[in-house]
Amino acid sequence: MSVDEKMVRRIANLARIGVTDDEVPALAKELSAIIGFVEQLSELDTDGVKPLTSAVDAKIRGREDVVTDGGYAEDVLANAPEKDDAYFAVPKVVE
Amino acid sequence: MTDLTQLNLADARDGLAKKEFSAVELTQAHIDRVAASAALNAYVLETPEKALDMAAASDAKIAAGEARPLEGLPIGVKDLFCTKDVRTTACSNILGDFTPPYESTVTQNLWADGAVMLGKLNNDEFAMGSSNETSRFGPVVNPWKTGDTQLVPGGSSGGSSAAVAARLGIAATATDTGGSIRQPAAFTGTVGLKPTYGRCSRWGIVAFASSLDQAGPITHTVRDAAMMLNSMASFDKRDTTSVERDVPDYEAALTGNIKGLRVGIPQEYRVDNMPAEIEKLWQQGIEWLKAAGAEIVDVSLPHTKYALPAYYIIAPAEASSNLARYDGVRYGARQQGVDIDDMYAQTRAAGFGDEVKRRVMIGTYALSAGYYDAYYVKALQVRRLIAEDFTKAYEKCDVLLTPTTPSAAFELGKNVEDPLEMYLNDVFTVTVNLAGLPGISVPAGLDASGLPLGLQLIGKAFGEEELLRTAAVLEEATGFDAQPQDWWSA
Repeated sequence: MSVDEKMVRRIANLARIGVTDDEVPALAKELSAIIGFVEQLSELDTDGVKPLTSAVDAKIRGREDVVTDGGYAEDVLANAPEKDDAYFAVPKVVE
Repeated sequence: MTDLTQLNLADARDGLAKKEFSAVELTQAHIDRVAASAALNAYVLETPEKALDMAAASDAKIAAGEARPLEGLPIGVKDLFCTKDVRTTACSNILGDFTPPYESTVTQNLWADGAVMLGKLNNDEFAMGSSNETSRFGPVVNPWKTGDTQLVPGGSSGGSSAAVAARLGIAATATDTGGSIRQPAAFTGTVGLKPTYGRCSRWGIVAFASSLDQAGPITHTVRDAAMMLNSMASFDKRDTTSVERDVPDYEAALTGNIKGLRVGIPQEYRVDNMPAEIEKLWQQGIEWLKAAGAEIVDVSLPHTKYALPAYYIIAPAEASSNLARYDGVRYGARQQGVDIDDMYAQTRAAGFGDEVKRRVMIGTYALSAGYYDAYYVKALQVRRLIAEDFTKAYEKCDVLLTPTTPSAAFELGKNVEDPLEMYLNDVFTVTVNLAGLPGISVPAGLDASGLPLGLQLIGKAFGEEELLRTAAVLEEATGFDAQPQDWWSA
């Protein structure tokens, strides 16, 4: 299956990556080539095979539901592109 | 005094213990060499003052008779590891001048054992690449070259491999998601160890594909790799996939004895168009291990050819999720937009390079409604088949021997225009990540144009002791001691 220009725009929007009209045709070609490559997988019969999400056969460890970390808002905000008092600042979301 | 940058980790440790030189002298020798090596572009940030402070503290420890395992040994750190108060960018523009207020577990372990940080090493952007050409800081140049042709150092840990090969650090940290430690090690005549998934904590390492990423060292020798792993490995509650398991003394595992070890040779690794020299080196490797008392067993890993296609669904899918955090809000470089959605899109358009965008978009596609089962679930099913191939092979053998890469280092710029051609570099290494196994590349010889080639050994899960023991025997048999000629020092 190939990735057409409409699909490129859809994926770019889902991924929140701005693309210009000039970039779309080249991206369609590149992504189609990669999808073409991975489509070899369809040759394999995988009926009934359980998907493997992690090589480690471990359960997620639980722990007591208590606060173990925190109390340093200044550190957390130190790398923020914009901040306001003890908050991250973003463009207005709610009118 | 001898050139202190010529020492490997074990010899430098011994020299410090015997007080033949000080940690400050050892560190200064490396700082000077790094400062003269701009032509290689291996370091993206040098921290000479920090290094000298750490070295002075090490000298005090040594004088007090309190030397720790890596006391006073200067190393480089891949820019994927968060280092407290030292800029960490994953070599991506989107991280701007991100300066972590915390330290990764792996580097913290190294500093707690006395190691000295020389600086941060170049890598492919977010570790996505096999040539170190996607870095925001520009490509790394391999210290090895043929004639006047400049070559890539491999990737994504190209700064780490080039730095060790050029003696700009006695060892380096690296990470491996599909081959990013072993392939650059093979391209530079160095040793590269990817431990079992879960052996080293991923906490504080910039995430690429979380179910595949694993930290490990690039070093001069197998013994040095064992020393580094002794410190890098730990159980860490802050990484949910860290495995609670004691860390053995890997150096003590190097007994030199592999009599009766069963070495598997996977037939499917004989790929089309593999240079005759690599096939020959592989045969030579078989003979070396046989001569050391190992038994050679033919094994089959029938799903090998599906590993790369499965990887190029799974890794991008995880990357698209992991990289969602780079939105210009909490850290990194922000671009302005007409509204918040546009701000995200513009920030990510400007901040990510072409290869990162491609992978995030492939991953987004594979995870999107209507395609999830056909691509992502399918790839995870194939991943299980690949992991089961290894389980079956290990009923007949203890370790596997393969080439590390299908070619020697290639020319800078050669594969930049063709992502698929670049991906094929990892054909022998990527299966190991999918199965979560440990693998090591050992320099085994030079090709006709004088470039290093590596052989890979693959172990059982948490079989690092056996793996390192075998690798040390192989290393001894190769007698490899070639070094690149210094053309880069200014």
